[in-house]
Amino acid sequence: MDLQIFALLVQDGITNGAIYALLALALVLVFAVTRVIWIPSGEFVAYGTLTLAGLQLGTPPGTVGLLAGMAAVAGVMEIYACISRGEARRIPRQLLTWTGVPVAVAAVAWWLASPTLPFWAQILVTLALVTALGPLLYRIAYQPLAEASVLVLLIVSVAVHFALTGLGLWFFGAEGSRTPPFSSESFEFGGIRISVQSMLVVAASVGLIAVLYLFFGRTLTGKALRATALNRVGARLVGVSPDLAGALTFVLAALLCAFSGVLIGPITTVYYDSGFLVSLKGFVGAIIGGLVSYPLAAAGALFVGLVEAFASFWASGFKEVIVFTLIIPVLLWRSLTTQHHEEE
Amino acid sequence: MSAGYRPPFGAWGYLAFIAVLAGVPLVAPQFWVTLGNYVGLYSIVALGLVLLTGVAGQTSFGQAAFVGIGAYTTAVLSTQYAVSPWINLAVGLALTLALALFLGFITLRMKGHYLPLATIAWGISLYFLFGNLDFLGGHTGLTGIPALTLLGAELRNERHFYFLIWGITLVALWSTNNLLDSRPGRAIRALRGQAEMAEAFGVDTARLNIVVFVYAALLACISGWLYAHLQRFVNPTPFGINQGIEYLFMAVVGGAGSVWGAVIGATLITLAKQVLQDVLPTLLGKSGNFEIVVFGVLMVLVLQRAREGVWPWLARLLPARAPPPVQAAPPLPVRARTAPAGVLLEVARARKQFGGLVAVNDLSFVIHPGEILGLIGPNGAGKSTMFNLISGALPLTAGAVTFRGESIGGRKPFEIARRGIGRTFQHVRLIPQMTVLNNVALGAYLRGTSGVVRAALKFDRAEEARTRAEAARAIARVGLAAQTHDSAGSLPLGKQRIVEIARALAADPVLLLLDEPAAGLRFLEKQELAALLRQLRAEGMTILLVEHDMDFVMGVTDRLVVMDFGEKLAEGLPAEIQRNPVVLEAYLGGVA
Repeated sequence: MDLQIFALLVQDGITNGAIYALLALALVLVFAVTRVIWIPSGEFVAYGTLTLAGLQLGTPPGTVGLLAGMAAVAGVMEIYACISRGEARRIPRQLLTWTGVPVAVAAVAWWLASPTLPFWAQILVTLALVTALGPLLYRIAYQPLAEASVLVLLIVSVAVHFALTGLGLWFFGAEGSRTPPFSSESFEFGGIRISVQSMLVVAASVGLIAVLYLFFGRTLTGKALRATALNRVGARLVGVSPDLAGALTFVLAALLCAFSGVLIGPITTVYYDSGFLVSLKGFVGAIIGGLVSYPLAAAGALFVGLVEAFASFWASGFKEVIVFTLIIPVLLWRSLTTQHHEEE
Repeated sequence: MSAGYRPPFGAWGYLAFIAVLAGVPLVAPQFWVTLGNYVGLYSIVALGLVLLTGVAGQTSFGQAAFVGIGAYTTAVLSTQYAVSPWINLAVGLALTLALALFLGFITLRMKGHYLPLATIAWGISLYFLFGNLDFLGGHTGLTGIPALTLLGAELRNERHFYFLIWGITLVALWSTNNLLDSRPGRAIRALRGQAEMAEAFGVDTARLNIVVFVYAALLACISGWLYAHLQRFVNPTPFGINQGIEYLFMAVVGGAGSVWGAVIGATLITLAKQVLQDVLPTLLGKSGNFEIVVFGVLMVLVLQRAREGVWPWLARLLPARAPPPVQAAPPLPVRARTAPAGVLLEVARARKQFGGLVAVNDLSFVIHPGEILGLIGPNGAGKSTMFNLISGALPLTAGAVTFRGESIGGRKPFEIARRGIGRTFQHVRLIPQMTVLNNVALGAYLRGTSGVVRAALKFDRAEEARTRAEAARAIARVGLAAQTHDSAGSLPLGKQRIVEIARALAADPVLLLLDEPAAGLRFLEKQELAALLRQLRAEGMTILLVEHDMDFVMGVTDRLVVMDFGEKLAEGLPAEIQRNPVVLEAYLGGVA
């Protein structure tokens, strides 16, 4: 291996790692606030890419139908919940939030979809559509089980992953898609060719992480989420609604995943079922951080990206084997350094 | 559901079930025999998950990988080295054992969610490994696996194979059911959320977790071995992560609390998949595996609406059976006791700090054999922390605890239990679905020796009868004989506290630690409890009583140690303590 190839692999690894880092952050965030191990995050990544690819064709993407469908289900669940709590007068408001807003987003996307829509607007529409799915998913699948054990929530996650993969096949078809890069330029730096796309991906990831940092450090909502993550009961006692915190967390997490999807689209062909492996690589990163530390999770994800890049060079057939076997030494290390805890 | 752990129907029910099973290959068309074979294979895997998930509270999405190890081991050895399939089964089981021990050791020491996450990772990793190794045939797989030979006959016909599959399935069901109704079974049922309690009665929960995981993995391996010789061909697809997830769905949909849930879940999911794969593409006008949407939604609904799965609904339709009576049996061996003199337990300058907070500050006291010592103090005085330092639930920061001349500070709870200290919990820790008898029998865990293998093969019956008789005696001793066969969760709180004492007594302790046993009791219940404690003392028991109900304590204790802010405020006879101005000030904020 010469320096050129080495530099190329490092660049590849960092680019992929930056995307996994976004996912790892989303996973740590969701786990911290809701205790959900969010396996289906990968489907959101795939939806991101496939939505953008659909918009590229100038047609309304499958996400529009999916969003409208989930909004309808959430609406029915809200009506049922309001009636069984004897709060029928709250129905209009809840319907507006859970069905009206998502349907409006879907309608705007449907109306905007045309071959003339500029690229940046396509990205915004993609982010809006996929992000809107996040809180709906929380409402439908997780909120009724908010008090359940981590194990039950994990099984729900896997079930949701199954359902969303199948729905992805239905709404997007079996064809794979790639999206265009933001830039196909590259430049020489110290004898090494660096693509602008890679730089943009890394910059976007770092930028998003900075925004999140400010959100959690400087805003009341961010602090409320952190409080919920630390102590659910305590947060509830001082007036932070766990349902609202959960929904809000899923907004943020879905946004991170949708953005990952937009970033990953130019790098690899994405199919309706590609997300699973992507999200699990995010998980390997997040587990390195013990599912609690954001910086460690991001660093872990970067490490996963690098291992993957070098593995695909040396033993491409065994790339996945190597990346997923990586979890074993990581778990061994964590198991030897963490105290034994009892799960209640 | 306690019903799930008992055989749900009598001998006739079993015979009828077996007769129906045996009838299928004789009369049913080929299609149903094939389906029956798959249901059997899946049931074996799901059975392991019932034990792992429904009973022990762990889970695995990677069982399909263990199935793959069983299948590939025999495929490679029988096609390339012409080794007998029966030897291959042993090799496959050995490989699975080694892998499961390794993975279990790594993941089971940590919080519950690391194991399932790791299972997903290795499930994927093994799938790609199967698909990329040339000697395993890559993604095309291995063909030409020989048929099994059983008693000189080749099992080439699916109808013949059916008997082998279901024979093994029935043995697996039988042995798993035996296991659940035994000494290790009671401990396994405590693993889900009650590990701390189980440790206090001598269960090495870390080890038991691994044992359960290995048991489930071995079942999966057997299923894979059968699969390879039924299909006579293997490729990586049926051992991928999606199949692993479907196995878990089977256990959860069927009802992960009972061995029958495995069979029902395997049947339902197999049939549903068959039907959906036929119907959905026509219905939707697109081809694709859309059944996963239905399975996914179904799972979410089951977990939201009926977390116990289908089995409890079916169990209710079966006639209720009276619990088996407790047979008379010789008592379990009793611990040798020292003569009632000197000091039984000595606490010397015990200290516990949580960060900057000193919860117990250099506390010293002794307990003499045959006395009831009360440890009292206002809320937050550090009584329960001191209690946990003796029982081993918390490690000492400094100081020493000596029991019968041996230092026990820093030992694990199950090691301390082994030395003859029994305890109750401030917040009742019973397994609510289990009967009072079984809960109390768990207390006698250390007095038995039956392990998983003996229990599964039913070689433990003599000891089990003695344990049950011992538990029944402990229950009678505390006056709850009428509730012996009720589920513990159905009793009122006061009675549950008494069950806790019975469970501690079943351990044959020398020293009994009671953590606020009178909390939440009504006046009459307190009087009964006091009478019980006096009776135990008369029988020679030594008791440490942590309590803040003054009236109760004054009536039953021989001596008192008063704590406040982690320090010893006073020590003496109850009558002296009642007049002690320092104690009165601590309790009442100054002499009124």
